[in-house]
Amino acid sequence: MLNYDLVVIGGGPAGLAAAVEAKKNGIDSILIIERDRELGGILNQCIHSGFGLHEFKEELAGPEYAQRFIDQVNELGIEYILNTMVIELNKDKEIIALSEDGLINIGAKSIVLAMGCRERTAGAVAMNGYRPAGVYTAGMAQRMMNMEGLMVGKEVVIYGSGDIGLIMARRMTLEGAKVKCVVEISPQSSGLNRNIAQCLNDYDIPLYLSHNINKVHGKEKIEGVTICKVDEKWQPIKGTEQYFSCDTLLLSIGLIPENELTVNAGIEIGEVTNGPKVKSNMETSMEGVFSCGNVLHVHDIVDFVTKESRVAGKNAADYIKGINDSDGKKLFETEAGNGVSYVIPNYVVSGGKDGANLYFRSRKPYKKVEVKVLIGDKVIKTKKMPAMIPSEMVNIPLSPEEIANLNDKIKVEVKEIGK
Amino acid sequence: MYDIIIVGGGVIGCSIARTLSKYDKKIGLIEKNYEICQETTKANSAIVHGGYDCKPGSLKAKMNVKGNSMFPELSKDLDFTFNKIGSLVLAFSEDEMKTVEELYNRGIENKVQGLEIIDAKRVKEIEPKVSDQVVGALYCASAGVVDPFNLTYAMMENAMDNGVELFTETELIGLEKNHDGILVKTNNGDFQTKYVINAAGLYSDKIANMGGDYDFNIIPTKGVYRLFDKKKSDTINTVLFQTPTERGKGVLVTATYDGNTMIGPTSDKIGTVEDTTTESESLAIIDKLGKLSVPDLNPKNTIRVFTGVRAKPNTGDFMIYASKNMEGLVHCGGIESPGLVSAPAIAEYVEEILIENGMDTKKNPNYNPKRKGIVRISELSTEEKSEKIKENPAYGKIICRCETVSEGEIIEAIRRNAGAKTVDGVKRRVRAGMGRCQGGFCGPRVIEILARELNIDPTEVRKDLSGSKIVERHLKK
Ligand SMILES: Cc1cc2nc3c(=O)[nH]c(=O)nc-3n(C[C@H](O)[C@H](O)[C@H](O)COP(=O)(O)OP(=O)(O)OC[C@H]3O[C@@H](n4cnc5c(N)ncnc54)[C@H](O)[C@@H]3O)c2cc1C
Ligand SMILES: Cc1cc2nc3c(=O)[nH]c(=O)nc-3n(C[C@H](O)[C@H](O)[C@H](O)COP(=O)(O)OP(=O)(O)OC[C@H]3O[C@@H](n4cnc5c(N)ncnc54)[C@H](O)[C@@H]3O)c2cc1C
Repeated sequence: MLNYDLVVIGGGPAGLAAAVEAKKNGIDSILIIERDRELGGILNQCIHSGFGLHEFKEELAGPEYAQRFIDQVNELGIEYILNTMVIELNKDKEIIALSEDGLINIGAKSIVLAMGCRERTAGAVAMNGYRPAGVYTAGMAQRMMNMEGLMVGKEVVIYGSGDIGLIMARRMTLEGAKVKCVVEISPQSSGLNRNIAQCLNDYDIPLYLSHNINKVHGKEKIEGVTICKVDEKWQPIKGTEQYFSCDTLLLSIGLIPENELTVNAGIEIGEVTNGPKVKSNMETSMEGVFSCGNVLHVHDIVDFVTKESRVAGKNAADYIKGINDSDGKKLFETEAGNGVSYVIPNYVVSGGKDGANLYFRSRKPYKKVEVKVLIGDKVIKTKKMPAMIPSEMVNIPLSPEEIANLNDKIKVEVKEIGK
Repeated sequence: MYDIIIVGGGVIGCSIARTLSKYDKKIGLIEKNYEICQETTKANSAIVHGGYDCKPGSLKAKMNVKGNSMFPELSKDLDFTFNKIGSLVLAFSEDEMKTVEELYNRGIENKVQGLEIIDAKRVKEIEPKVSDQVVGALYCASAGVVDPFNLTYAMMENAMDNGVELFTETELIGLEKNHDGILVKTNNGDFQTKYVINAAGLYSDKIANMGGDYDFNIIPTKGVYRLFDKKKSDTINTVLFQTPTERGKGVLVTATYDGNTMIGPTSDKIGTVEDTTTESESLAIIDKLGKLSVPDLNPKNTIRVFTGVRAKPNTGDFMIYASKNMEGLVHCGGIESPGLVSAPAIAEYVEEILIENGMDTKKNPNYNPKRKGIVRISELSTEEKSEKIKENPAYGKIICRCETVSEGEIIEAIRRNAGAKTVDGVKRRVRAGMGRCQGGFCGPRVIEILARELNIDPTEVRKDLSGSKIVERHLKK
């Protein structure tokens, strides 16, 4: 059995940033385990630009953003193993991993879970028709095009307006495909506004909001789809059917954190996020096990992932050094108040030395709002925003002073102003 | 010159191939699709029924009960999953309990093993997730669930080990009686043979017609299913039927051979055997009925919906008989449910028919009834895993993360004698892409491995049927 102070599961941006931060905080014995053939995670297939605006104040492509962290990992001499998949984590913080070299048992004082997420698939949206070839999740098509150099089709319809789908609309257009439309069942897109502008509007690709795919045509290979308008209850409205021929249907209907390891280890999972429940120091319900990135909750921009992962890495380092920020201190739950779908972290450590970074999303789109953070019924912070949409995560940091003497729940709520 | 040509690579054709491979005969199996197991055998409830349901005295009843008794040994010999988890027919009223009693009596008449009528308390002990409305049930200990895909591959692989030849992409288009026996005409050349066995599933009536026989028609009847993610909270232990009413047999909720939960099927007559479409109306029906048995089923946890078509014969019973019009031609037509469980018994029945029709019984000196399945890395103990990876490092390279399937397993699935040629073929053999991400991650890699192993370009790799190419072209290098 190998032994490390810190084992990081997942070598995407979250795992890399956490490992770097732990190293900078004095931990030398660190191992990153990555199941893919290279470090960098999902960013390796995101060859478009737009990464790092907050973090580096420049627009990087996904692989460039990842490379900055891979370089630091190398410079700092942090150990990592590739092509190795963790298949088990137990209550004693022992890890079993599989690779071509065999089975590896690893013991760790502290662990960071950074396994990322996966895409929701066709099974989740039961469509009428056959189940032909030519239906892909947007991320699968992205990987095939950007990493394997394989083009998936010529005439494309995209179902769901998630960011990956929007980005693939542009990408496929640039490779000569005709993207007929993006079909979104909700009255608003689930992707970032900037992606709608840059990936659809710039290329005259229509977005059909409040529309559903009624039927998939074609048996062996997809030949087309019939879409139709839906009412508020998502029921089809007769007479609104439109047919689009296509040889490719991309699904961009959301991401789900990948937590099989976490669940099997008995770590508590949040219902809305599908990720582990964490304290403001990023510790899960299992002592010494921390979590960050998309495995915790799905992020829309990687800069927030990095910020969050630093907190996890630093606290893992502290834990190894015998300082556990959550130990012996009182924990107060966070609550998603009016208009908010969830708040991460799930608990705030009273007197936590680094304060707490609250991340949350609105339930629906709002114009002109005031976001309030309350302790009990006392408002401690407000933030005015011109607009709020579920697809754009909001971050409000609380300083150590602001949480020095917590005595009640922390609630985040949204209030429309000027109405 | 062949002794026997079997038409159809579903569970019936493959089972017959394996059974007949014990004789010293030249046998060929022709299949029109790209691979075997691409039609009815790939989309059904996968239940090894007890046999209390069939009409006493029918061929169905005989084949089912005998087939069921063969499964424990067969699954050992051929190394495929058969879990004898038992089934319950749930009654939700005293009226329905009367039907349960009738089923019990019918089962006894059919000589079904392990039948018992139990009360609500026992039901809840066996299956805690059943609705509190349950009054009692018919328990059948001999029922179980099977891996229908590997059952079929196992039969064909074993048959091929014993000398049977497989011809895929070979469609029967005509039968001609001649002095040597029968000339089997296909799109892939002709085969001269003594005997022809029609195991063409949904097309078995058309093939019968080619031989001049018009004794039965297929009334295609489709069934829609929903398959759930393997979440512990959703797992059930048994096969749950509802009491049959005039409306039909009810919707079943079952564990699959691999531990998913599945609900379905509907039963709708359709215009064509090709119609495997799924529609939201049918799903709404199975959701509603499924909840009667297990109230906390959550459609949100669905990973796949699919549809299978039953080859329902208008005669009401399996049509297994020697043609009256063409000597040497034997039909296995209208093999609807319970065709899967009946398959090994049907094969022996066909064997008897051939012997009655003059086939000599000289044994195949090299016959070996056993076959080893592909090792599943996820099921090995720690030491066994280490051993296997030492033997072949490809078993340590995980390709499908949801189901923990290694590259070694996928390569083996492709290289076997009746091996995978398609992405879905790999999925059915080793479960890569069968999990909750449905190939979102491993799909591109499976394509890559298939292209490499089959020595074809990625643009030639298919999902399943011949028109189902996945990759359009290469991007500029
Ligand atoms: C397709 C896509 C497009 C995006 N586009 C943008 C954008 O334009 N701009 C932007 O700022 N942000 C974008 N994002 C968001 C941001 O890039 C991600 O949120 C970020 O990459 C998440 O980092 P992560 O490390 O949590 O997850 P990942 O990058 O997914 O990394 C997780 C890693 O863990 C590994 N792993 C998982 N399980 C195991 C195991 N059991 N054993 C070993 N290793 C394991 C995986 O192989 C993977 O490498 C995008 C995200 C996605 C998914
Ligand atoms: C909804 C549903 C639920 C069911 N549930 C159960 C159950 O729980 N338990 C049970 O025991 N049974 C069940 N069954 C029944 C069982 O699935 C079938 O009886 C069985 O799979 C039939 O196998 P087969 O080999 O006859 O047909 P198939 O699997 O359809 O095989 C026939 C093959 O013949 C080939 N073929 C056809 N025409 C030609 C030609 N001209 N030339 C060459 N090849 C040709 C086809 O391509 C096909 O591969 C169910 C069936 C359905 C549809």
